[in-house]
Amino acid sequence: MEKFTTIRSTAVPLPNEDVDTDQIIPARFLKATTRDGFGDNLFRDWRYHPDGATRTDFVLNNPLYTGQILVAGKNFGCGSSREHAAWALGDFGFRVVVSSFFADIFKGNALNNGLLPVQVSPDFLHDIFTAIEIDPKSGFTVNLENQTFTINASGKTETFPIDPFRKTCLINGYDDLDFLLSLRGEIEAFEQRA
Amino acid sequence: MQKTLFDKIWDAHVVTTAEGGQEVLYIDRHFIHEVTSPQAFAGLRARSLPVFRPAQTIATADHNVPTKNQHLPIEEPLSRSQVEKLTENCTEFGVELYGLGHPYQGIVHVIGPELGITQPGQTIVCGDSHTSTHGAFGNIAFGIGTSQVEQVLATQCLLLKKPKRMRITVDGRLAPGVLSKDIILYIIAQLSAAGGTGYFVEYAGSAIRALSMEARMTICNMSIEMGARGGLIAPDETTFDYLRGRAFAPQGAAFEAAVEQWRELYSDPGASFDQEYQFRAEDIAPMLTYGTNPGMGIRISEVIPTAPTPGDSVASFSKSLEYMGFDPGESMLGKPVRYVFIGSCTNSRIEDLRLVAQFVQGKQKAAGVSAMIVPGSQQVAKQAQAEGLDKIFAAAGFDFREPGCSACLGMNEDKVPAGEYCVSTSNRNFEGRQGPGARTILASPLTAAAAAVAGEIVDVRNWGIEN
Repeated sequence: MEKFTTIRSTAVPLPNEDVDTDQIIPARFLKATTRDGFGDNLFRDWRYHPDGATRTDFVLNNPLYTGQILVAGKNFGCGSSREHAAWALGDFGFRVVVSSFFADIFKGNALNNGLLPVQVSPDFLHDIFTAIEIDPKSGFTVNLENQTFTINASGKTETFPIDPFRKTCLINGYDDLDFLLSLRGEIEAFEQRA
Repeated sequence: MQKTLFDKIWDAHVVTTAEGGQEVLYIDRHFIHEVTSPQAFAGLRARSLPVFRPAQTIATADHNVPTKNQHLPIEEPLSRSQVEKLTENCTEFGVELYGLGHPYQGIVHVIGPELGITQPGQTIVCGDSHTSTHGAFGNIAFGIGTSQVEQVLATQCLLLKKPKRMRITVDGRLAPGVLSKDIILYIIAQLSAAGGTGYFVEYAGSAIRALSMEARMTICNMSIEMGARGGLIAPDETTFDYLRGRAFAPQGAAFEAAVEQWRELYSDPGASFDQEYQFRAEDIAPMLTYGTNPGMGIRISEVIPTAPTPGDSVASFSKSLEYMGFDPGESMLGKPVRYVFIGSCTNSRIEDLRLVAQFVQGKQKAAGVSAMIVPGSQQVAKQAQAEGLDKIFAAAGFDFREPGCSACLGMNEDKVPAGEYCVSTSNRNFEGRQGPGARTILASPLTAAAAAVAGEIVDVRNWGIEN
């Protein structure tokens, strides 16, 4: 997994609430047997008309908005457990998703793929959307070490929660499997006593 | 100390606690299917790892499979390659596969219980969010991502933060025409699509106790639709009777010994939950969803709300209604419907099919309605045929298919066209879930069958239903 360092970037605003993983990557694009290439179909049915023409009113098709940070409404990533949603966001170029509330399975999948879910308060989320509305080129800083998200123009900062183990994994590029494999002896001992 | 059922099972499966407080949970049973497993096997290959405990993983092909002519090669090349990949992987890594053509093939959450692989007290995972279904037997069952599928294949363990506990109690008696699907749609409408996030739910109360195992599975299945990781119901005589004699359940004296252990699986009186809700079965009516998440549900006699529930934005609410083509404040009764789907891991079991057959016997689907019934497994299909249900469906103009996930998520050919309404017994009404532009209305099998016969949304309670 790619190591996560401090990210300074503009952001893409998606104020919709309850964005489900079927929107992030529709089921009909889950037929690949590798982890690559899902970014092409990220938000497929919001980005394109059924005939393949671009939906110009969708934010990802608006050249004003770019960056490695996606800012979304509450309950982002609800629905299906498909990790393809995290792969699609990462493949498209996002390293951070900000919301006031994430669905559980999505949050875990994101962390397992070096995509950082940043949970902020509803008020701060509103401040971020406002900053982007005022200036689409607003810069933001995500500091994982300090667990802070900063709106650069105003300097407003909020800290975000993350499990300490997950944080270490992200910073060092480790994944859970490395850790679990190191416990082989304990797992076998558990099987014996269970 | 008094413990909840969830804590009893969880604590018995903790291998060790990691720095920071996350726990390493041992997984008893692992189900896999063709869509969320190929990248996990690729990961094992990349690290030259074997499957650690192959006997504890069971595979089936369900998401992509056609529901017609399953004896022929799959026509759609990408679906075919994914299903073939599953076969290759299972052969190479020594995992049991109930693939196409196998008498045990079917939707992963239908076959586990019907084969008796799913048992009380276990930990069960699958790369599918509806794994919560298995919790009906009194176990901890939840959906995981593909990286976690790889972890379970490689170590039979997961690193997890223990969720909070919620109990939802439903007491009282359901009215005729009201099914367990209506109970869970009602609960989700009360709690919202995010109301259970961070929790594992125990369902309790006299209305839950009175349900059959299959009806309980419908409830637990949709726990994820309120954001909960899973749901479970304490096992009782209904559970033990269901499991007795199943292919992979313990047999004879071993079964009775297992039952003695399973009887210990309940929440101790006085055990504390982080959150509790209580509902009355008498308040529940046939339910419908009007929007684009399962929390947007109403009793069939109610009108569509004129404002979002507090905390939700007007923009998202309006976008949702616009997608569905509904106006705030209107009734859904009488809305014309041209598609009906009866199936999915929520409602495709033999009792669902019996209820539908009983209702449609002697009736005809309305002209212009496409009504599809997709059984959950080969065993369900065989049982339906043995009981002559297939003939009842055919006589009523319903299309009885072969098993699979089908139009619940439209990964195969079974899709609803753009702009069309589909009354569906499945679990998600997300935009485009049943096909790009499709408009899904979630309901019980009885409400779906009645819509097919009437050609419009009707209150099944006016059709002489006796429970």
